Amino acid sequence: MKITFTLLFSLFVGCLFAQETETSQKKIPSVILKDMKGESINTAEMGFEGPVVISFWATWCSPCKKELNTIHDLYPDWQDETGVTLVAVSIDDEKTKRQVAIYANGKAWDYKVLMDPNGDFKRAMGVNNVPHTFLIDNEGNIVYSHNNYAPGDEEELYEEILKLGTK
Amino acid sequence: MNLKYLLLAPFLLGASFLFSQGSISGNAESTFQYLNEDLVIGANQPPSKGLINSYMNVFYTNRNFKAGMRLESYLPRIQGYPNRFDGTGIGMRYVGYANDFVDVTLGSFYEQFGSGLALRTYEDRALGYDNLLDGARVIVKPRKGVVLKGVYGYQRLSFQSGRMVHGDGIVRGVDGEIHLNETFDKLSNSKLDIVLGASFVSKYQRDDNSTLILPENVGAYGGRFQLMYKDFTLDGEYIQKEQDPSNDNNNIYNYGHASVFNLSYTKKGIGILFSAKSVDNMSYRSDRTKDLQDVFINYLPALNKTHTYNLVATLYPYATQPVGEVAYQMDFLYTFKRKSKIGGKYGTTIGANFSTTYQPKMDISGINPADSNGITYTSKPFVMSDSLYWQDINFNITKKFSKKFSAILSYYNIKINNDVAKISNDAQGIINAHIGVVEVLYKIASKHAIRAEIQGLFVKPQSNGDINDKGDWFTALVEYTVSPHYFFSFMNQYNYGNPDAAKRVNYPIITCGYIKEATRFTVSYGRQRAGLFCVGGVCRFVPANNGLTLSFTQSF
Repeated sequence: MKITFTLLFSLFVGCLFAQETETSQKKIPSVILKDMKGESINTAEMGFEGPVVISFWATWCSPCKKELNTIHDLYPDWQDETGVTLVAVSIDDEKTKRQVAIYANGKAWDYKVLMDPNGDFKRAMGVNNVPHTFLIDNEGNIVYSHNNYAPGDEEELYEEILKLGTK
Repeated sequence: MNLKYLLLAPFLLGASFLFSQGSISGNAESTFQYLNEDLVIGANQPPSKGLINSYMNVFYTNRNFKAGMRLESYLPRIQGYPNRFDGTGIGMRYVGYANDFVDVTLGSFYEQFGSGLALRTYEDRALGYDNLLDGARVIVKPRKGVVLKGVYGYQRLSFQSGRMVHGDGIVRGVDGEIHLNETFDKLSNSKLDIVLGASFVSKYQRDDNSTLILPENVGAYGGRFQLMYKDFTLDGEYIQKEQDPSNDNNNIYNYGHASVFNLSYTKKGIGILFSAKSVDNMSYRSDRTKDLQDVFINYLPALNKTHTYNLVATLYPYATQPVGEVAYQMDFLYTFKRKSKIGGKYGTTIGANFSTTYQPKMDISGINPADSNGITYTSKPFVMSDSLYWQDINFNITKKFSKKFSAILSYYNIKINNDVAKISNDAQGIINAHIGVVEVLYKIASKHAIRAEIQGLFVKPQSNGDINDKGDWFTALVEYTVSPHYFFSFMNQYNYGNPDAAKRVNYPIITCGYIKEATRFTVSYGRQRAGLFCVGGVCRFVPANNGLTLSFTQSF
């Protein structure tokens, strides 16, 4: 009995202690994805300086495209002011995967586009449905996320980016 | 107290410290329906009146260690879901270890080899589709640019009384891929980028048939490539399947084959894609007696655009005929630059897409039906007959007129062969539909916007002058959004052209939503027509319903 108690107690204290000292927030899980050039990218080590916006989208998702096209018009200013990088993660599967580059380039996007055809990164990030947008700070912590797009949402996102500081 | 335990205490303290250092992520989802009886549209009230589906994924990672699970609950399942989902329990779970060299998983996993023609396991919760493999997987990266995979397991067939139920047959496979430019330093600066790959998959199912001698081990294998040069990309894959008599192919002993090729050219402002696909006798399941969407080992996507507007997306969608088809697609997108004559202040985008699918040519010359070898025809990749299965021609123009106002104009012409790709019990032969959609978006204030859609669908009469299928439809939608938290929408679909006057009904539905960061609530009330609900060319039939739907999603 005593032994069990000691064991449980030390486990409990350990957990408590760890909770106390834990300051890190949710980080980006490590999944290997390919970009439009076929290069392999580890999502946990993308290596961008400054804040990163990860936006999950698909070629068949109208609000996703509205969000990314709206930000496209604002992106040069956002980059100048905050140094932010936008990573557009397409969840298109084999049926529509080839249309991703057609759409992204056809729209002249300057985003980093990654392919997640079997939903590995989508699952790891806990995404239920698209559009879902995450903001990641300089230390790789997920500091904000939003599961929808309505015109004007980009303003809230930008306010959150500004909270991380300007360039 | 024993010294041993005293020593153990600090160790456990350390272990628990480590454990709680890891990170947890996941998501939850719940959908509740309260349904009324509505005889006009053929909607029944389930005996329990209320229906609910719930899910929660929890993923844990700590340095190289990972573990995760999904709990599912059907009390009972919502309408249109596979009928053998019930109870509450664990529907997926795994543990694993991964570093830069090796990644090993034990338990449930999702995997895709190449473009999925040989093997793809995935989950689509909206469809109720989950063909995960339950067993073991190893991924090895022996050097830069090289990935080797091995999988072994049973597939998930269903979820009964809160437990995952496996399919009958065992699935195993290996896959290798090399990106030459990453692997060989000499090629790292080459303008030509080359990726090569090959897969071998095999299934084992006992032969329990007393009249036929069935192959117990059935292999599927082939190779793939991807070449990139400047703005051009060419890729392709070819997979052959061994003799696999099944319910799908009426127990024939033909070999199967599937191939897909894509050529694209993209540059800032323009994109062009040509795709070609040929499939013959490629239904590949880990249980030869199953049908519908059960225990598919491979994935045969339909070669057409996935549409988003209500009428065009849900009335006449097309899914691949695994028994055989030859398909082609062309996709084009061009953006007129800002400040050009057509581009205007913000740029104008035009898109065009064409896809067509035919029955493959099944050559029966030289085939003796009395022969006992079970080979009923011969076929060659891309050799097709003149029997049309599907055709889609569509165009759209997107233009932003001012900071506040933008519009999208779309036109579609869809032909679907209802005798092959059965979509309706009311239709005869080829359904030929013309669809027009106007969508406008007006930003009233910085956080307030209104969006409206007008859609019309017009079905060409049959050759004898009768109305085909359910005739013409009209849809109107108005949506009001208040960023970042609220939306309200109202949609009505009106089947004014139904040949049966009693079925010329309205399907109104109202939806409201509240979103706070990663939490989302929606409430909708109204009528939903029966139809095929499709994701990525895989479809499920959803019966007509009338009532209340509440849904909740959360990510963490």
